[in-house]
Amino acid sequence: MPKLTIDGMEVTVEPGTSIIQAAEQLGIEIPRFCYHDKLSVPANCRMCLVEVEKSPKPVASCAMPCGEDMKVHTQSPLAKKARKGVIEMLLINHPLDCPICDQGGECDLQDQTVAFGFDRSRYREAKRAVKDKELGPLVKTVMTRCIHCTRCVRFGEEIAGVEEMGVLNRGEHLEIGTYVSQMVTSEMSGNLVDICPVGALTSKPYAFTARPWELRKVESVDVLDAVGSNIRIDVRGGEVLRILPRLHEDVNEEWISDKTRFAVDGLRSQRLDTPYARVDGQLQPVEWGEAFAAIAEAVDKTDGKKIGAVVGDLADCESIVALKDLMTALGSKNIECRQDGAEFDVSEPAGYLFNTTISGIEQADAILLVGTNPRHEAALINARIRKTWLANRIKIGVIGPHVGLNYPVKYLGAGAETLEELASGKGAFADVLKNAKNPMIILGAGALRRADGMAIHALARKVAEKYKMVRDDWNGFNLLHTAASRVGALMLGFTGGNLEGILAANVLYLLGADEIPVEKISKDTFVIYQGHHGDKAAARADVILPGSAYTEKNATYVNNEGRVQQAKQAVFPPGDAREDWKILRALSEVVGHKLPYDDIAAVRARLASVNPAFGAIDTVKPAAWKEFGKEGKCDKAQFVLPVANFYMTDPISRASKTMAECTEAFANSGQKTKTGTHG
Amino acid sequence: MSGSAHKANFVQPKEFKFSKENLKKIDEIVAKYPKGRQQSAVMPLLDLAQRQNDNWIPEAAMEEIARILDMPRIKVFEVATFYTMYNLEPRGKHHLQFCTTTPCWLRGSSEVVGACEKHLGIKLGETTPDGMFTMTDVECLGACVNAPVLQRNGDEFYEDLNTENIVEILDNLKAGKMPEHGSQTGRIHAMGEAGPTTLLDMAKKNNITAGGDAPKDGGKDGGKAKSKGKKK
Repeated sequence: MPKLTIDGMEVTVEPGTSIIQAAEQLGIEIPRFCYHDKLSVPANCRMCLVEVEKSPKPVASCAMPCGEDMKVHTQSPLAKKARKGVIEMLLINHPLDCPICDQGGECDLQDQTVAFGFDRSRYREAKRAVKDKELGPLVKTVMTRCIHCTRCVRFGEEIAGVEEMGVLNRGEHLEIGTYVSQMVTSEMSGNLVDICPVGALTSKPYAFTARPWELRKVESVDVLDAVGSNIRIDVRGGEVLRILPRLHEDVNEEWISDKTRFAVDGLRSQRLDTPYARVDGQLQPVEWGEAFAAIAEAVDKTDGKKIGAVVGDLADCESIVALKDLMTALGSKNIECRQDGAEFDVSEPAGYLFNTTISGIEQADAILLVGTNPRHEAALINARIRKTWLANRIKIGVIGPHVGLNYPVKYLGAGAETLEELASGKGAFADVLKNAKNPMIILGAGALRRADGMAIHALARKVAEKYKMVRDDWNGFNLLHTAASRVGALMLGFTGGNLEGILAANVLYLLGADEIPVEKISKDTFVIYQGHHGDKAAARADVILPGSAYTEKNATYVNNEGRVQQAKQAVFPPGDAREDWKILRALSEVVGHKLPYDDIAAVRARLASVNPAFGAIDTVKPAAWKEFGKEGKCDKAQFVLPVANFYMTDPISRASKTMAECTEAFANSGQKTKTGTHG
Repeated sequence: MSGSAHKANFVQPKEFKFSKENLKKIDEIVAKYPKGRQQSAVMPLLDLAQRQNDNWIPEAAMEEIARILDMPRIKVFEVATFYTMYNLEPRGKHHLQFCTTTPCWLRGSSEVVGACEKHLGIKLGETTPDGMFTMTDVECLGACVNAPVLQRNGDEFYEDLNTENIVEILDNLKAGKMPEHGSQTGRIHAMGEAGPTTLLDMAKKNNITAGGDAPKDGGKDGGKAKSKGKKK
């Protein structure tokens, strides 16, 4: 444990800690461009130079490990002069076009030039220009601004797992490029915008939209997959302009997927901003009162047992519990949240949670993926798997279709047969799992979204127990959901009905449920759709109640791990749209079963009383391993992956123009090709 | 500078396959590196591809190398663009690399280049229409004592050039003959033009005199000398 002093302050650090990290522990910030917490250290920008006593030259603090009795000065004349020199050299070929640069106001180079640089330039010669690169519909490039920190190259190699960017040529001609003008095909490419310390890589859809100081920043969570990525919503006026990641080491670290980041323009189009009711067979805009009256009329003449409700992928827990309470009051048990028709035993939380936890993946040494492509279903869980593979070269087996994963995997088979084989201790991967210390299994919707889902669920449990995946200190059994509402709804018990039966009900309440087979709803069913986008199900509805999207309400969501998180309201819902639980509360009064809560605190108290887990925000309590699953016969059919197009999975991303462009650019052409690193 | 494949005004071949002999060589080269470190062989493989493909490396060859060595294509591209001796655009059959750095320039490299340009009718960086010659200027080739110097296809050095003997070399190459490389004025190695000034007894013993006359029976090292002694 070396002890050293930085700027006169003493600090003891773990061996191997670099000076820049030690300084951070003391709260001293050393300027840097190429150094990034989550990436390898190339030490090529030289911005973090500090003075170390007895060292003849300034030292790059990002690459220099702390030594015993080192005396470091970050503010000495030598350190200051060194940094000034570095800034001046970096600016030689930088265009200084800050007024027309999208990074302006949040640019590391701009900030650090002000803080550490000269106030004028001594450089009088011509600057070089670099041709811009085409990186696809998400990332805009202005390569002349690049200072060659290589963060983007390292991000591609280490985090995204697409080795498509590199450093071309050398010396004066050095530039960042791709292999012969190729697009970067990654579902994480938007993070390039964040890690670029200058304006070389900026967001294409957000280009020239706003300056950072105009924005109000709201800390929230993402709902476009079930990871629960922590995000920051940037708002100007009543409009969400962009979404950025927020650091959460246990969930998304500091990355978010492209869908999370760029589907934001979908919040602006196809919105339901006023109630609708079917008048003479045509949907007409109506007042709230009229819409409620139409519902009350339909509900009144229907037996409670003939009323059904389905919860969609983006629903929040407050509205789910309100809908459940309303359905119970109406005497209906026909409720279901698995609108995709997935079958599995929901009696025990251990049976439907991502028990290992996302950060727990890093302890795993063998992973079995069953019927899932985590790259498309949970991009950040996939990034964690890749991180673990990169650190420990763990063995990963796949049962299901061949997909382009960004780490080497072994394909074991295509369907349940292979899982059965493993359960009986046969197959090539059996030895790997047997010898692993912390093996884990990830069961995806591809394996459960079929008639024999229940049997496969039980089979997976058998595999988990056979290979000792569940112990007191380790739980390697995981379900990977794709919907942000799923785990919360299961925890609240919004399940039990069978989907086919529910769709045949006389009155059907759809809370943002768009993934149901709409064509299976019978002609005579009275359909109520509550949601924020005019998607598939809204077109079939008899009454539409305009709800709010995740950026427009204070709402609770539970991610795959069972982590309860709260989204914050960033803007108001458009037009006459209202927060979802309030709509249900108001409706309950009209149909004669007034729900006993009037404010969000009371709803949340109700949540906690239904399931105490809702009382603890942002914690994961390990679920007890109990009996679940019902063994049965498994079909021989191959697993079919649940996400066909990563860029369009929900009403918001389907309404997004950017996501449509991505679908055009990647999903329909590029994504099918392998990225070159697969085994 | 090495050419960037982005500004291509030529056709990239769709396919590239190493010849049978070269595939054998590749096995030998890759075997030199520890297991799992086969990517280290990228430089010799690029060189092989360049030799096989008339002095330049097409994109298809880089893709083939990436496949053989199991590495991302961009990593091969990075190496190929970093080193100036890998040509990413078509070159003539004879790639003439003229050193124009200070010592060669002081000894008249500008005149040599000028004579060559006049004789071939092309400028530095250009290729003759018949695809026979490409002229490029390069930085120091490390043979300053025999300046001015010309390197052909990255292999042979032609030294002690002047406006006359460069034309002779070009004519020989054009005629399909390979002119003797080394000093074009008959100098042995880098010996001074005035002949030996020290170790006179040794020189006498080896039958070396001023003007660079070749030893008749070959001295201790003179046997390997490639001088011709026909000039001057």
